[in-house]
Parts: sequence; structure tokens; C-alpha cells
Amino acid sequence: MKKKRVVLTLPPDLIEQPIVYNLIKNHDLMVSILRANITPKEQGRLVIELSGEKRKVDAGMAYLSGLEIEIQPLAQDIKWHEDRCIHCTFCVPTCPTGALHRDEEGLQVSFNKDKCIACELCIKVCPYNVVEIQF
Amino acid sequence: MAKTIQEINERIKKGKAVVVTAEEVIELAEKKGTKKAAQEVDVVTTGTFGPMCSSGAYFNFGHTKPRIKVGGGTSYLNNVPAYTGFAAVDIYIGATAIPDGDPRNSVFPGEFNYGGGHVIEDLVNGKDVAFVGTGYGTDCYPRKHVETLINIKDLNEAVLFNPRNGYQNYNVAVNLSDKVIYTYMGMLQPRLGNANYCSAGQLSPLLNDPLYKTIGIGTRIFLGGGIGYVVWNGTQHNPGVKRTPGGVPTSPAGTLAVMGDLKQMSPQWLKGASFTGYGVTLTVGIGIPIPILNEEILVHTAVKDEDIKAQVVDYSQAYPQVQPGSLGEVNYSQLKSGTIEVNGKKINTGGISSYAKAREIAQSLKQSIEKGAFLLTEPVALLPSADSGVTFKLLNERPLRKTRGK
Repeated sequence: MKKKRVVLTLPPDLIEQPIVYNLIKNHDLMVSILRANITPKEQGRLVIELSGEKRKVDAGMAYLSGLEIEIQPLAQDIKWHEDRCIHCTFCVPTCPTGALHRDEEGLQVSFNKDKCIACELCIKVCPYNVVEIQF
Repeated sequence: MAKTIQEINERIKKGKAVVVTAEEVIELAEKKGTKKAAQEVDVVTTGTFGPMCSSGAYFNFGHTKPRIKVGGGTSYLNNVPAYTGFAAVDIYIGATAIPDGDPRNSVFPGEFNYGGGHVIEDLVNGKDVAFVGTGYGTDCYPRKHVETLINIKDLNEAVLFNPRNGYQNYNVAVNLSDKVIYTYMGMLQPRLGNANYCSAGQLSPLLNDPLYKTIGIGTRIFLGGGIGYVVWNGTQHNPGVKRTPGGVPTSPAGTLAVMGDLKQMSPQWLKGASFTGYGVTLTVGIGIPIPILNEEILVHTAVKDEDIKAQVVDYSQAYPQVQPGSLGEVNYSQLKSGTIEVNGKKINTGGISSYAKAREIAQSLKQSIEKGAFLLTEPVALLPSADSGVTFKLLNERPLRKTRGK
């Protein structure tokens, strides 16, 4: 079982294409849409998680690469600037997946990017721009 | 046997002072008993690192050629307005000031990306800042406009002066309404979705000297990474609130006005902060040494998170509408565990003040004292005490009167 999270940036002429449908039907993949920002005639952004057998995920990725869209792994999209963090723990309760979490003593904050779904709630909450999302 | 600050300073100069942090003293007092601990320990260090909105700095930027008087005119540092009511070239910038063109909450919630707090951080960081000043022109100050890059090392004076810092205890903020709200206590989720608190708890300076026996006017402190002093009680100093038998206030109480030379401070301990939907502020690092002059003072410094209680306050209605009362009391041990219970509901908590950094400050101050690099001072006057009658009042609004040939 392989899982892969990617950020797709779709040009305006491709936003009406059934990309997610094709991934599911033609490549037998489970697709979770983590984030979608689609407006007619504008550039769209989809954050999805593909899961399935490794060869099918790879085939799905090959299909996406063949389209004229920008693909980026989710982990690269989100940067946690540890040097800026003051470990106040302000962000921790806002994180729905526990990607931002405290240590056992409850004092040091750390970021597990594998759990991050780019919901951006922490960005609104952090006063020091510790979390940066790159489009 | 009572000690004096002078005796303690002699021991510090000889490198013989026994210094512990306000966390370390808890275990020490439990192990050895407070009497023995008070005999052995000379100084307990405290620390806090959190947003402190009533902060700012004043500068003398030096006279221009020909001279300009910005007093009565305008001045901007990186587009953030500074106050120009002090003579010709003295200006004061507050942490919560924002550019005239900042959209604020017109598109809600506003981002408040840059303001006074960030200007102060940039200056302390040694960055060049754009200064634009205007004056109305006089015979002796004929110039009307100046614009130049300035750097903190070129300023004659750069002094951090904070009218209210180091709040002794604070509220725990929640939101009872049906929509998200944005406050100085952060983003609060509806229907008791989360709870935010802001205090260093058992490391916090004034919570370790709850009755202001040692911290007073003239107390030397760690401020923003350098040396500073307590210069007055802070605004809203409210010593007469309800306290536990140990003297610890159970709601916001004492405050400190502090100042120090900005040129010897560090951007690590003075950080501009942006609160979505609320505004800009400055996160300030403060550490205060408490001389253990007698057992009573030691007992106070051994206060634990579980002994410090805070009020849970609704920030959707009760706080803005000044409605008295609280939704209950919780202690800092519960808050730091990550969840508290309010009205039967378990809520996740978030800290706004960094305990990890407070600990670093207390440790840093401890090391400075142990090395003999930091001597304690005797306050020249104490802060208004718990029974002084000083209280924090609301504004009594009275109509403006039109005076016509009275």
C-alpha cells in the first residue's frame, strides 16, 4: 500500500478536466481531496492524497505528469521554520491532524510534515510566520 | 537569619552565590524544607517570554542640517507612524502601531503583517529602517522634510520603554458564540472549541513575588536580552484582587513598567508578532532575580503551576461587553497538560507565552549571576501593595461640555 500527497496547480483550461475521476477509475486509486481551490477561468489548486498499490500510484503519477500541470509533493509546499519558532504551543490545538504537536513535557513544538494536510489554520494562528506555504 | 541584598551581592562578586531558577527551587524546597532552602539559596531567577502590547521605544535620531523639528509634525519608521510630541528629534514608536495604509480589518480578518513591534525587532537586529519626518518649520528649525535610512548604531539614544509588561497572571480565553473570533488571545473557535492562556506560570516573575516584597522601582532585570530596570508599576496595576492563602492572585493583578538600552538587546528576545484579526504587538523576554532575604520570600518562589489559578473568560461576549464573572477557574498545571474542562466539555489549550523560552531566560539570568556579571539592586521604592487601595478602574464617561463665555 503506497500513499502519496501532492499539490496540483491547474491552468484555467484544465480545471474542468475530470482528473480525480480518472485517477480513481482508470488507475484504481483511492483519492482524498485534502484541499481544493477551483474557480472557473482561474488557476486552480488541488491538494490530494493518492493511495493504492505501489504500481498503481506510480501509474497515477505518470498520468498526472503527462498533463500540463504543475505537480509538487506536499512536503515541499509547506516549510516549518524552526529557527523562528518560540515554542509557545499556540498552534498545537488548531492543528487537526497533530502534525504540529508538543513533546511529552508539553513545552517544545515540532512539526511532522507527513501528517500535514495544508489546511493553513496554523498560518492564521502563528504570530511569527513560522509556517510558510509556497504556491 | 535574614539576609540583605548587599550580602548577597558580595557573594555574587566572589562567585559564591547559590542561584536556582523558580522551577529548580520547587524541588529543592520539597527536599530540604523551606527553612533550610531559604538559608542556602541566595537568588531565585524567574522568566517570561510573551506578547506584551504596551511596549515601545523612544529614539533621538540626531539633528539634521539645517535643523528640523518633527515635534508637532509627523514621523514614520518603515511606514509605521511614530509619535512626535517630544521636542525636535525625539520620537516614540509603540508596538501596536501600524502603517496608515494597512487595511486593518476592512477585509476580515486582517493580517497585520508589519507594525511597531516589527520595527523595534528590525532595529535591534541591526537592520536599516526607512525614516521619514516632516515639520511645520520655525525660524530656528526651518527644515520641513527629511527622509533617510537609519540604523540603531547611529541613533543617539534608543531606549525600550514599556508602560505595561509582565502581567501578574492573566485570563484563559474561550469563545461561547457560534462563530470564530479573533482576539489578542488568538483565534478562538466557537462553542468552547479551544482555550488559550498567557503566562509563564511557576516561572513568571510577579507570580514568584506575588506581594511585591522584592521587585520594585529600580530592580535590575533581564530585558529583551540585555539589562533593564523596573521603573514604575505598569499601567492597570491592580494589586487588590482576590488571592489564594499563599498570596497568589487568581485573576490579572500586578504589572511592571520597564525600560532599558535597546542597543544592548537582542532580536531573539524582542520579536514583532502579528495576531490575525487583532493587530501587531511585541513579544518581550523578561527575567527578574528574586533575592532570598528570608523564608517567606523563598516560600513564595516555590509556587507551583498547580497552585496558580486563572479565570476562564468568554471573549465573544463577556470580555468585550465588560460583563463580570468567569466560567470557572483552572490552574496552570491543567492548562499545560493540553486539555481543560469547562462546563463539562474537554477543551484543547494553547499557550501564547512560551514556557520553553521562559525557562531559557531564567537559566540565562542564573548563569549571569553565578558568573558575577549581574548584581542585584535594592528597589528605591516598592510597588503599590495588595492593601494600598490602588485599583484598575473602567473609564467613567462624562459628556463633553460646551463652554461659552462662562
